[in-house]
Amino acid sequence: MNVAVALSDVRLDVAASEAGPAPKRVVVAYGFWIFLLSDIVMFATLFAAYAVLARATDGGPSGAQLFSQASVAIETACLLASSYTCGLMSLAVKSRRGLGTYFGAFVTFALGLAFLALELREFADMIVRGDGPQRSAFLSAFFTLVGCHGLHVTAGLVWLVVMMVQVGLRGFHPTVQRRLACFSLFWHALDIVWVWLFTVVYLMGVRA
Amino acid sequence: MTDNASDRPPGEPSMPAEGEERESAGVLVYTIGLLLAVGLTATSFWVANTGLLWGPGVPLGLVVLAVAQMGIHLVFFLHITTGPDNTNNVLALAFGILTVLLVVVGSLWIMANLNDNMMPPPELMNLHMRH
Repeated sequence: MNVAVALSDVRLDVAASEAGPAPKRVVVAYGFWIFLLSDIVMFATLFAAYAVLARATDGGPSGAQLFSQASVAIETACLLASSYTCGLMSLAVKSRRGLGTYFGAFVTFALGLAFLALELREFADMIVRGDGPQRSAFLSAFFTLVGCHGLHVTAGLVWLVVMMVQVGLRGFHPTVQRRLACFSLFWHALDIVWVWLFTVVYLMGVRA
Repeated sequence: MTDNASDRPPGEPSMPAEGEERESAGVLVYTIGLLLAVGLTATSFWVANTGLLWGPGVPLGLVVLAVAQMGIHLVFFLHITTGPDNTNNVLALAFGILTVLLVVVGSLWIMANLNDNMMPPPELMNLHMRH
């Protein structure tokens, strides 16, 4: 106890240049945070393209005719709930509870998959009716933006499965814990992107 | 060892206590975040569909609600705080938001300007026709 206090006192006194490298846990998560922010900047360019082209329907259907609010509401609920269960999973990971981790991951995966299924059904319906990405500039921008988010969700689901295999094989090894921390950052960031998607694309599109 | 003096990685909650207590505190934070996010989402859907509000103001209201919900997600799910151990995370986030704003607002602004200036107004067209 005294040693720990003394050590933390020493650390406070040490200048930043003398303190040595930050723990790997901090460096890895911070690096991934930078990646996520650049990923969000990429989404910003797609959002900008969509906002510019939103009225360029070329005589084709507009958002108000295409979008189903009920489906969007369910997708939103699925993704928000999966973000919540992902948070609970990361708590289980931190206290090294295997069962809680698997259960949290399973619920997160199932909700993410439900989201993806609804989105793919929406896309398929539109393409079958001839309102695919080649119909108008608006639809090209729509499929690029929403599809890019869908691809991210797909990648997240694959990542989650891989992580569960790693937990099974290696247990709560520090490396596995760092990767799981990065995964939960990724999943929460995807939910933030979705907040802007349902606001800008769907809710504003339904009104216009 | 303890690295209280150093930075906290993004996505990691501050730890008030050990063991069981810490876990229930963590669950509480996520649950508060979920409830707030659900409330804001429901408000967004209501605002988009109601006839009670002034129509032209609705898009602005939706943007404000989305900003608020993004804040909720950042604070309650990603555990970004204003504490000194979070300075690096907040600075990176601020730069990201600045870039996003420049890209989105700049694109919309310049494209609206182009749209306005490319098409001559009808009077001007008539003037050209007469000559």
